[in-house]
Amino acid sequence: MLPNGVQALNIGLAGFAEPIAASGATVLNLDWRPPAEADAQLGMLIARLEDDPDDAVGARVAAANRTALDRLLGASPFLVDIQPAGAAIAGLTGRMLLHSGPPISWDRMCGPMRGAVIGAALFEGWASTPEEAEGLAQSGAIGFDACHHHGAVGPMAGVVSPSMPVVVVENTAAGNRSFATLNEGLGKVLRFGAYDDSVLERLRWFRDLFGPTLSRTLAATGPIDLKSITAQALQMGDEGHNRNVAATSLFVRSIAPTLVRTAGEADAAAALDFLRGNDHFFLNLSMAACKASLDAAHGVPGSTVVTAMSRNGVDFGVRLSGTGEAWFTAPVGVPDGLYFPGYGPEDANPDLGDSAITETCGIGGFAMAAAPAIVRFVGGTAADALNYTREMYRITLERNPAFALPPLGFAGSPTGIDARRVVESGVQPVINTGIAHRLPGVGQIGAGIARAPLSCFADALRGLAAQLQVAGAA
Amino acid sequence: MSVVRQQVFRNAYRDSVELMRIASEIERLPGVIRAGLVMCTPANLVIVAEAGLGKGLDPAAGPNDMVVALAANDDAAAEAAFERAATLMRGAAAEAAGEGQRFAPTTIAEAVAELPEANLVLISTPGAYAAAEALKALKRGLHVFLFSDNVPIEDEIELKQLGARKGLLVMGPDCGTAILDGVPLGFANAVRGGSVGLVGASGTGLQQVTCLLDAFGAGVSQAVGVGGRDLHEEVGGLMMLAGLERLLADDGTDVVVLISKPPAPTVAAKVLAAASAASKPVVVNFLGGDAEAIRAAGAHPATTFEEAAQTAARLSLGSEPAPLDDDSTNPAALASGLQPGQGIAGLYSGGSLASEAKVVLKGLLGAEVAEQQHITDLGDDEYTVGRPHPMIDPRLRSEKIEEAGHDRQVAVILLDIVLGYASHPDPGGALIPAIDAANAAALANGRALAVVASVCGTPNDPQGLAAQRAILSDAGVHLAASNARAARLAGLVVQQTAMREVPA
Repeated sequence: MLPNGVQALNIGLAGFAEPIAASGATVLNLDWRPPAEADAQLGMLIARLEDDPDDAVGARVAAANRTALDRLLGASPFLVDIQPAGAAIAGLTGRMLLHSGPPISWDRMCGPMRGAVIGAALFEGWASTPEEAEGLAQSGAIGFDACHHHGAVGPMAGVVSPSMPVVVVENTAAGNRSFATLNEGLGKVLRFGAYDDSVLERLRWFRDLFGPTLSRTLAATGPIDLKSITAQALQMGDEGHNRNVAATSLFVRSIAPTLVRTAGEADAAAALDFLRGNDHFFLNLSMAACKASLDAAHGVPGSTVVTAMSRNGVDFGVRLSGTGEAWFTAPVGVPDGLYFPGYGPEDANPDLGDSAITETCGIGGFAMAAAPAIVRFVGGTAADALNYTREMYRITLERNPAFALPPLGFAGSPTGIDARRVVESGVQPVINTGIAHRLPGVGQIGAGIARAPLSCFADALRGLAAQLQVAGAA
Repeated sequence: MSVVRQQVFRNAYRDSVELMRIASEIERLPGVIRAGLVMCTPANLVIVAEAGLGKGLDPAAGPNDMVVALAANDDAAAEAAFERAATLMRGAAAEAAGEGQRFAPTTIAEAVAELPEANLVLISTPGAYAAAEALKALKRGLHVFLFSDNVPIEDEIELKQLGARKGLLVMGPDCGTAILDGVPLGFANAVRGGSVGLVGASGTGLQQVTCLLDAFGAGVSQAVGVGGRDLHEEVGGLMMLAGLERLLADDGTDVVVLISKPPAPTVAAKVLAAASAASKPVVVNFLGGDAEAIRAAGAHPATTFEEAAQTAARLSLGSEPAPLDDDSTNPAALASGLQPGQGIAGLYSGGSLASEAKVVLKGLLGAEVAEQQHITDLGDDEYTVGRPHPMIDPRLRSEKIEEAGHDRQVAVILLDIVLGYASHPDPGGALIPAIDAANAAALANGRALAVVASVCGTPNDPQGLAAQRAILSDAGVHLAASNARAARLAGLVVQQTAMREVPA
């Protein structure tokens, strides 16, 4: 009756498997639990959204996801230039700032983001004191928008002002561009909400010297293949989010000779010295590369592939390829992690930043297997690192052949988060992250691991199902 | 003649040690003479050229690109090698899972990734979640055995229509049993293999017929359960029709048996039309349904499960099967000491067996007297809310047996004992304390009580047919070879009791 004999999956009573196995047939017991956190209606909605070539909805979702995945995996991000944000980013004009996460107004912003806004206003010369800057923001004299709405991504507070130099990354496969500020390093930095003189001084040096120096260097080197650097770094202990020492080194190695040739000795030395001291320099390049790849995959109607996960310190937001510009949000929690001496969870701000774009792209926490050092942040072992990645295979549609993970037999990194898989299994995407102090101006106080809240993905699926006019969708 | 071919993987960095490992595996493939996998750096391209693998290589390949360069016997071998290389680049499933794999599959999607050849899903989750699992299974092209109950009929209709469209079986909801290609699903018995194929909208009906086929010396090719509502008007017998079609196409099936409670007339007409067009003999048991219509369709009507089994066995074996071990119990002897007006307490674990008992009693006693007998299906939803089915958990039935022992209106307790996989490990023995207590209670009241039962099972069932019969027999239970016979015996006892003169 069945051409290859009974090959059964068993869901529910485990005892039903025994006679099947005893009769010599193949049977696999599932460790089943009610899907979608036991929300039977949502579980049914997911079933209706499942791939099925014979069904209008199922066929559409399957084809849309294939398209989105092909664009994501086929992306080819190159660093092409470094330019002032106001020149590079469309729509960033006048007294306007971009910030991380889903859109948020000044009155709802968390401490670190307010600190970064104050710092940016001081840096741009819009205000001369923090109080004046706050007043401007409060009065509506400063416009705000999400980085993501402008092809940009920013770590932590993610504040981008027009004079800040940004990396310009081009996905040569699709022709789209993405942007990110230059990474400031650790300690007191704007992205964690610090805005004292040392922070502003560094930003001015970025603007006046470092950015232009790198820009001239890039003009001479030509575009730099970021995907290739990430691929190599994943085999050198980086995961492309919280550990970037290998990628930064590879990047510096690729530009150093040209940098020395194109800049004066003092400027070249200062640039190289800064890069030597900033293991995280490549983070912002990694994020921009991921953004350029995911933006190419965004906007395929019917696709359940996640194209953005981001936090603004208040809300966690998700976007799907198939749900256009909509954000699906939920309150964001405090990451689980290790704190610098003198700080603890009570000081921590809820999770923050666009850097989860790396996980969305299949690296960062998803490639934890490549970077066992990272799990030390949560007291984990090397085996835990492998298991984080293994777990993420459960919610992704592909293994990215470009990003091989040596400890897992060079399997490709888990790529293409499928919101259906997330909601059905309840497996929350894992995100590596830094921890900011909740008060503006203090800065980073730790690092750790966060999990994306499930309800955003559930809401996103409901939105998609309604759009596809699936039976039972609101 | 050999060919030299290359495939370039753009932007695909791999460590050289890893590439050498893949190359050695590619080189072992049939038809591959030599293989090199390198990043296309100038130095590596020299090596490829010196190895005689460089001819025709895309000059645009650069240091960020990886090339698989081959000498192979022919293009087909080269293509196969490129495909294997691409797979290895992605990382095989087993490699990613690794030795420390600790995630058992929790969803059908994950399970299919682990068992890509899967063709069937058994679902016994709570009813609220069952339809979604079944829908996912069907969308993936898997047959469904849906044991769960409490699935709304609208969901059943949707699932069965989808299954029918896709050529997939939807066995259930509320499907107790099936045997596919000799593999038992759910509550099935260890029956002999053979040439009788069955489709049944009745779990214990299928069990009874397959067990009796075994007793008659015949065997089963397939037994497809379809759930009790399949022949309702709204569902339209979709799966009985699909099952019949499959059995007619199944080379191992020579005789077909269809089992259901009396279907909706329109559905009966459809099923009988299909049976009448069948190329194989079809036995139809529509429990108390219209025998004439079945005969008119050229099929063989059977009133009871035993008759269905006997007819199918005769058609399958080509001769009249040896009779079942006959009951030696004399109803008149059992009736002595019983009072007129007393009746039967039928306490069933199998719903279809309970229905069959009612049909038998109606035939024997007439509708009016049959109506006065209390035949209860303890597996019905009203008794199973929040507790396991009586085929697994004997407690409720034990309580009811003891109650009947105290009930002066009860002359006969009628039971079914269902063996097989997934049933209670000792279903007969589990009831003995209650039977003893009932007998003792009757005796204390100066009453006689007859306990009549049949055991639905085979010698190869885990519980053992002979062992279960012995346990019951030792406790004074009067055993019949089939449920129909047990019901008949109980009916005869009541009949004899009614005919007895009221003692002065």
